[in-house]
Amino acid sequence: MARAISTQRRVWLTALAWTIGFLIFFPILWTFLTSFKTEGEAIASPPSFLFFDWNLSAYEAVNQRSDYPKHFFNSVVISLGSTVLGLLIAVPAAWAMAFVPGKRTKDVLMWMLSTKMLPPVGVLIPIYLLFRDLGLLDTRIGLVIVLMLINLPIIIWMLYTYFKEIPGEILEAARMDGALLWSEIFYVLTPMAVPGIASTMLLNIILAWNEAFWTLTLTAAKAAPLTAFIASFSSPEGLFYAKLSAASTMAIAPILILGWFSQKQLVRGLTFGAVK
Amino acid sequence: MGSITLKQVTKSFGTVDVIHPIDLEIDDGEFVVFVGPSGCGKSTLLRLIAGLEDVTSGHIEINGKDATSIPPAKRGLAMVFQSYALYPHMTVRKNIAFPLKMAGLDQAEIDRKVDEAARILNLSDYIDRRPGQLSGGQRQRVAIGRAIVREPDAFLFDEPLSNLDAALRGNMRLEISELHQTLATTMIYVTHDQVEAMTMADKIVVLRDGIIEQVGAPIELYRNPRNLFVAEFIGSPKMNIIKGSVADNMGAPTIGVRPEHIDVSTSEGSWKGTVGVSEHLGSDTFLHMEVDGVGMVNVRADGEIDLHHGDTAFLTPQETKIHRFDASGMAV
Repeated sequence: MARAISTQRRVWLTALAWTIGFLIFFPILWTFLTSFKTEGEAIASPPSFLFFDWNLSAYEAVNQRSDYPKHFFNSVVISLGSTVLGLLIAVPAAWAMAFVPGKRTKDVLMWMLSTKMLPPVGVLIPIYLLFRDLGLLDTRIGLVIVLMLINLPIIIWMLYTYFKEIPGEILEAARMDGALLWSEIFYVLTPMAVPGIASTMLLNIILAWNEAFWTLTLTAAKAAPLTAFIASFSSPEGLFYAKLSAASTMAIAPILILGWFSQKQLVRGLTFGAVK
Repeated sequence: MGSITLKQVTKSFGTVDVIHPIDLEIDDGEFVVFVGPSGCGKSTLLRLIAGLEDVTSGHIEINGKDATSIPPAKRGLAMVFQSYALYPHMTVRKNIAFPLKMAGLDQAEIDRKVDEAARILNLSDYIDRRPGQLSGGQRQRVAIGRAIVREPDAFLFDEPLSNLDAALRGNMRLEISELHQTLATTMIYVTHDQVEAMTMADKIVVLRDGIIEQVGAPIELYRNPRNLFVAEFIGSPKMNIIKGSVADNMGAPTIGVRPEHIDVSTSEGSWKGTVGVSEHLGSDTFLHMEVDGVGMVNVRADGEIDLHHGDTAFLTPQETKIHRFDASGMAV
């Protein structure tokens, strides 16, 4: 009975887990609660937790002052666009590195990862100048490209690890069955890697959705996504916590809901039963 | 049509030579078995023929045409893998249909051929299941089904039965042999199991360390092994190898006698020995005997023989069935 855990211990562990979970979740909860307060209540000391005058005035003010649908649409285009473009490049790249590795494959992978260690601000000036000269400043296509590039190493790494787990013999079987390269990738590899591709895709959408550095520095008005929408409520006249919270809640809600619904897809395994 | 010719084919991985120059002719419709201990290069040789590995030098001809640089998808060969390598996300029907889909056949034609293959292989009841819901034997049949629908020029089998239990292995061995009778297509079969080699092959290729030791019909290899390695590898239980003065008296530095070519008597014979372990199988009895001046000798005796541990018995090797080898291990 080495694995038996006493009831008392179980209660303690459960309580501890819930406490940690609550602590992590608290800032989001607080933002959510604050968004339903008036500006006065939002900065009241001591703060009221649940018993305040719930109202939607902050949301009304936010919607009057800015164009949420436009920012939302920009965020969707930028995160989906950069993800799809990234996958189109990363799937063949990860295929090559997982199934026909060369002498330098490991080095290339490490080099790609090392680019993530550089602070983005280090390349701000060259990228800004490139964007200016190419007319990409404040365009959605520009942001799609730059976010795809900064997330590409992560996408390739994730897909590479998933592909590594797919038995090579299945791909060889496809080759013997007459599948040329693209048929092999399209009909055999990709369907088997669906859980891996789906979780990579979701992670990348979240990363792109939340990316603030490039989206704030490379946009002004036209292509500004929800990050710029939130930032616009931290103004020189001071912080309006209720409005800022309302804007944040509206910005993170879509991605939270997406994450909630795609949980199942992320953990489903398909490869079982293929070999042995 | 399915003749395959290897001309001076070699394969090296880095500085390691896995296949030394090999020449081999495989005729249309032949059942050829590559056999040898693990690491002898038999699987590599099969993968070279399949095109899954590139040859380092030499040429591979299929149906008289140079196929050395043709990709596997275009060689017109089908392969059955040790791990079955079924597509886990496809049903049995789609697995079997895959090569036909790749060949660009129309749907009606694909359905007809898949149904036909499923019927031949008794898979009709499982046609809509996925590989994960099938037993080992059923998966093996799906893998074979996927190979036969395309009517390839030749089938390549890479140790297809080694993941199955003994009883199923016997059945599948028969099924594959029957399939060969029915289809009359060239088959190349890799195994380390000499029983599979002996029972299924028209022609056995014995490999060791990337070199062909001998090529021939099973019975020819059994009767006339070219050297000690083949003599010991082919035949079960293994041939008894005897050296020293006993061998010298019989006219060679080394002699070999198969266990089934030794007569046992309780009263008289050339060699006197003591029974160690005796295995009574019913049909046969395997005696492991310690023989004075010779050493350990295995004997295959009658199933009803009444000899047990510690008994004394006399052995006489059948004179015409004795194999003689020179000092370098070659048959004389």
